[in-house]
Formats: sequence, C-alpha cells, structure tokens
Amino acid sequence: MNKNRPVNLDISTIKLPAAALVSILHRISGVVLFAVVALLLCMLDASLESEQGFADVAAAFDSIPAKLILWAALAALIYHLVAGVRHLLMDLGIGETLEGGRRGAVMVLVVAVVLILLAGVWIW
Amino acid sequence: MDMVTTITSFGRSGTFDWLYQRVSAVVLATYTLFIVGFIFLSDDFSYQTWSALFEQRWMRVFTLVALLATVVHAWIGLWSVVTDYITNRMMGPKATAIRVVVEVLLAAVAVFYTVWGIEILWGV
Repeated sequence: MNKNRPVNLDISTIKLPAAALVSILHRISGVVLFAVVALLLCMLDASLESEQGFADVAAAFDSIPAKLILWAALAALIYHLVAGVRHLLMDLGIGETLEGGRRGAVMVLVVAVVLILLAGVWIW
Repeated sequence: MDMVTTITSFGRSGTFDWLYQRVSAVVLATYTLFIVGFIFLSDDFSYQTWSALFEQRWMRVFTLVALLATVVHAWIGLWSVVTDYITNRMMGPKATAIRVVVEVLLAAVAVFYTVWGIEILWGV
C-alpha cells in the first residue's frame, strides 16, 4: 500500500450532510439507549412491585430533573426508532437513491423532532 | 484486515449480524408501540391494569423476548461502534486491549440486564 496517499480524517473539516447527521445521531442515541435500559428495568421493577411502587414511579416524574431525564430517554428512543424505520425501508429498496436518501434523512429529522416535542408536551 | 476482530461479532458474520439486527429491531419496534398503545389506550392506566397485564404469561414472554432482542441488538450496534472508534489507527497499539475490556464490560452489563429482567418478570 502506498503510505504517502493523502488522508483526511480530521472530522472537524469533513462536511456533515443530512444523511451523515442522521447516521451519527442514530449511533449516539443507540449508545444512550443501552444505559436507558437500566432506567426502564428500574421503573418496571418498582411499578410491578406494589401499588405504592407504581405510585412512587409516577410521583418521581413530578420533579423537573426527573422529567428532563425521562424526556431525554424518550427522545433517544423516539429518534432511534424513527431512524431505524428508515433503515428498514431502505432495506426494502425505498429511498435508496442519492436524492431519496437525502429526503429520507430530512424526513427522519423532522418526524423525530415533532414526536420528541409531543413527548415533551405529554411529560409536562 | 478485519479478520481478527469479527470473531467477537454476535453472528460471527456480517450477513447474520445484519439479519439479527433487523429481526431484533422489528421485535423492539413492535414492543415499544404496544407499550405506548397500552398506556394511551387504557381507559384507566393504573397499577391494577399494569400489573394485570404483566400477570399474563404471554406478556412476560413478550417482554423477555424484547429484552433478549435488546441485548442482541445492543451487542451488534455497540460492537460496530467499538470496532469503528477503538482502533489501532485512532488510539495506537493499546486499542485492541482496550476494546476487549470494553466488550467484556458491555457483555457483563448485557448479562446483568437479562438476569434482572427475568427476576422482575418471574421473581417474587
């Protein structure tokens, strides 16, 4: 291999088109969700433990910090789900062209933002 | 070039990882929509309706399948992330050792989640 070939791996100089943004956010939200599983199991555990446990989980979300954590967790879940559906659609051959990929990526961002805002409205 | 690292991938080949990732994604999307639907469509979402749902064996099995899908899905996703960023090119010769340690920790968390989930669902 020619060791002197030009390489540009300086991320700060690489452009981030919509599809690339959707991709990196999919990764970040996925990593976040692996930690969120612990939160969900915790909530499931308490909510099934007893009527008091269920009430405690519900009451925990009265505080602002808890609301923010729940919203962030739901945002990661919503985003990851929407971007994942795009992957599945592309596997079916939908939106695979360059233009289709761009449009799909923008749609993912728009749909995710709308759903995340709705989730925020629901939490508050 | 990647021959050494692929032995830690879930399905041992890109084709199987691809398939497992999609199957688990569909399971997780279905489970998520079911839970969201249950919470919003219940006339009276309370401890009674929630615990009655989880008293059904099919719901416990559905939840366990979703949890196992989570573990598989997370392993394949995190493996991709870890083998992309914790590399010799990015971090020097120590990368392989660091990557193995991270993978072992992730696997330990995955086992912990699985056991915890089974205890919640079937333990008293």
